Amino acid sequence: MAVLGRFPALAGVDLDVGAGSTVLLVGPNGAGKSTLLRLCAGLVGLTAGSATVLGHDLRTGRRELRRRVGYLGHANGLYDELTVEENVRFWARIARVPEPAAAADAALERLAVASRLRDLGVGRLSAGQRRRVALAAFVVRRPELWLLDEPHAGLDATARDDLDDLVREATAAGATVLVASHELERATALASRTVRLEGGVVVDVA
Amino acid sequence: MWRDAFAVAGRDLRIEARSRVAVNQVVPFAFIVLLLFGFALDPDRGILQRVTPGLFWVTVLLSALVVVQRSFAIERSDGGRDALRVGGIDPAGVFLGKGAAILVVLLVLEVALLAAVAVLYGAPLAGWPLLVVSAVVTTVGIVAPGTIYGALASGLRVRETVLPLLFLPVVAPVMIGATRAFEAALEGSTGAGWRWCGLLAVFAASYTALGMLLFEPLLEES
Repeated sequence: MAVLGRFPALAGVDLDVGAGSTVLLVGPNGAGKSTLLRLCAGLVGLTAGSATVLGHDLRTGRRELRRRVGYLGHANGLYDELTVEENVRFWARIARVPEPAAAADAALERLAVASRLRDLGVGRLSAGQRRRVALAAFVVRRPELWLLDEPHAGLDATARDDLDDLVREATAAGATVLVASHELERATALASRTVRLEGGVVVDVA
Repeated sequence: MWRDAFAVAGRDLRIEARSRVAVNQVVPFAFIVLLLFGFALDPDRGILQRVTPGLFWVTVLLSALVVVQRSFAIERSDGGRDALRVGGIDPAGVFLGKGAAILVVLLVLEVALLAAVAVLYGAPLAGWPLLVVSAVVTTVGIVAPGTIYGALASGLRVRETVLPLLFLPVVAPVMIGATRAFEAALEGSTGAGWRWCGLLAVFAASYTALGMLLFEPLLEES
């Protein structure tokens, strides 16, 4: 169980996700999708029950777990005053990626972030461009578990296709993906399983 | 830890250089405070010269509040705090990195303020070795608790008002020590000044160690 404020946000989740799979979380607003993703990222503590993510107990091993997961929530985790390149390089350094500058360039290339944008401050980009940069900063960390909360939001059609391709490449390389999305058609095509949450409880697994 | 500290300090200083908050807001704020003290106490330079050390450090302290608030505002924008936590960064590295960036900004500010008190208050700047060493250890003694309480307050809705309440009482001993050390330096009686400087160094080291230990629960819980 995970409690946010005075109310349990998750109260009946029994879920086993295998490596290399993509699981889609669906449900109405307030169902607990974001809380489940934040729990798996080690951002929210368990108040009852038990959970193991990538072999790390969520009560005792959250710090070690975080080095292995990537979480892209509603916010982008970018700094307006830094350039696109500086933002991605910063996250590559924090993730201890070898040769962070080259890794950042490769991630920006993969996300098709135009060269002319790379020296611009992130604060000058459109919402869609910021999201692309956030995805590059996410990818550069090379997470083993991808936790994506409404990742398609704010992206144009091309960027959505790029994101879907990235997810497929990641799972093919052995990464596990949990994605919460209201873009059901697109996300269902990516997922090997769909989990429906309502009121913090898993009500259906398909 | 050191790698994370360098990355965070570099990021914060780069953001500071681009946003120019220190140059455009903190330095003018500090000068205005010095001027107001001058107006309030009397233009008679005798009084101002006598109280220069205290006024100098009160001005630095008030400016430190602004700099600390600004430093943690960076983490709140666009989910930066969660991103740092998920990034698996060493919390002690975040403490040292943010503290180092705040320290650099405050030390630069102090150089400008020293020039200002010499001009505005006619303070005779002397005893440079003691002046410089006590300025550095005092600033560390302000920055270390400032960074701890800045992190604590940044998670609260009432962060702007609660930070001074938490921070100012804690640094009262630093203000006393720093004022005495500066007085001794300006009067040329450096023996007593170095003793105060030693006490300031103990305070600064203690709070730095405390910050390195406490920053993980602070980032998690606040």
